[in-house]
Amino acid sequence: MSNAHFSYVLRLGDNALIIGQRLSEWCGHSPFLEEDIAMANTALDHVGRARMLLTHAGDLEGAGRDEDQLAYLRDEREFCNVLLCELPIGDFAFTLMRQYLLDVYHLHLFEALCRSQDEVLAGIAAKAVKESSYHCRRSAEWVCRLGDGTDESHRRMQSALDELWGYTDEIFAADAVDEAMRAQGIAPPLAELERLWRADVEALLARATLSVPDDNWRASGGREGIHTEHMGVLLAEMQVLQRSHPGLAW
Amino acid sequence: MSARRLPLWEVFIRSRRGLDHKHVGSLHAADPEQAMQAARDTYTRRQEGVSIWIVRAEDIHASQSDDAQAFFDPAEDKVYRHPTFYDVPEDLKL
Repeated sequence: MSNAHFSYVLRLGDNALIIGQRLSEWCGHSPFLEEDIAMANTALDHVGRARMLLTHAGDLEGAGRDEDQLAYLRDEREFCNVLLCELPIGDFAFTLMRQYLLDVYHLHLFEALCRSQDEVLAGIAAKAVKESSYHCRRSAEWVCRLGDGTDESHRRMQSALDELWGYTDEIFAADAVDEAMRAQGIAPPLAELERLWRADVEALLARATLSVPDDNWRASGGREGIHTEHMGVLLAEMQVLQRSHPGLAW
Repeated sequence: MSARRLPLWEVFIRSRRGLDHKHVGSLHAADPEQAMQAARDTYTRRQEGVSIWIVRAEDIHASQSDDAQAFFDPAEDKVYRHPTFYDVPEDLKL
């Protein structure tokens, strides 16, 4: 099995794992009870995907690593999630804006992956696309509600969007792995996903009375294992149990 | 946003097709869309249902406990209102 195939599935798994970990930080801290449960539900959807994707990646790699070894026993440089997923949760506006930007991407990605030549990946996508469809509805609703809300909520949403915008470029920057997967019919062309993403995002931001930021800066590196200073702290918390008690199981 | 200032909604879930919606609890939300999402996230996460109704709590008019005697006690001795009160004649073909 090709190395590119493993890398591609591993990236998807890492994105799911890291955003799931970030969302779970809200558990017990959301602004009100209903939202707390909703946020934890979403976190668990992502962790569930991470389990399936990392298991599949481990099978493709063929080195005997399972989901737990990939999640808990790799170091920072070996993680290949996009930087957008690992940024700290910030305030509620920041969390929901990031979620919306990711949810729209995931919705189009998994819709396309339902037709993947990789049957396992297509199966995972068929499950994930239903989740993403709901995630998108929820986060879009919040972006509108807070963007077109009070002066304070509008200011916070615009500031979150400005802070996040430069990180979205990395999602759609196709490299050799993406090209190889597209050529084999395993993954959709990223340029097409970006076109769909951009159309949805711009339409919603207009409804939310938010302005699309200028494309005058961009940050990337996560997929090559070059992470922000926040990643080490996240991994330390996520991995501490397995590192302290190797082989520990529930 | 404080939940205390958000309106209260009552949630009804239909657990399976063919069954009735049953009251399962309440929640706070700003409007129907948010209430529907909160109901989905709060009350259907363990496959409890296939359909959700939400109703503003203030739109529900409830009978008062003070009225209970006048409302419900008179039915106690009206046994003839139950079909089992009547003997079906032997030769009646049902």
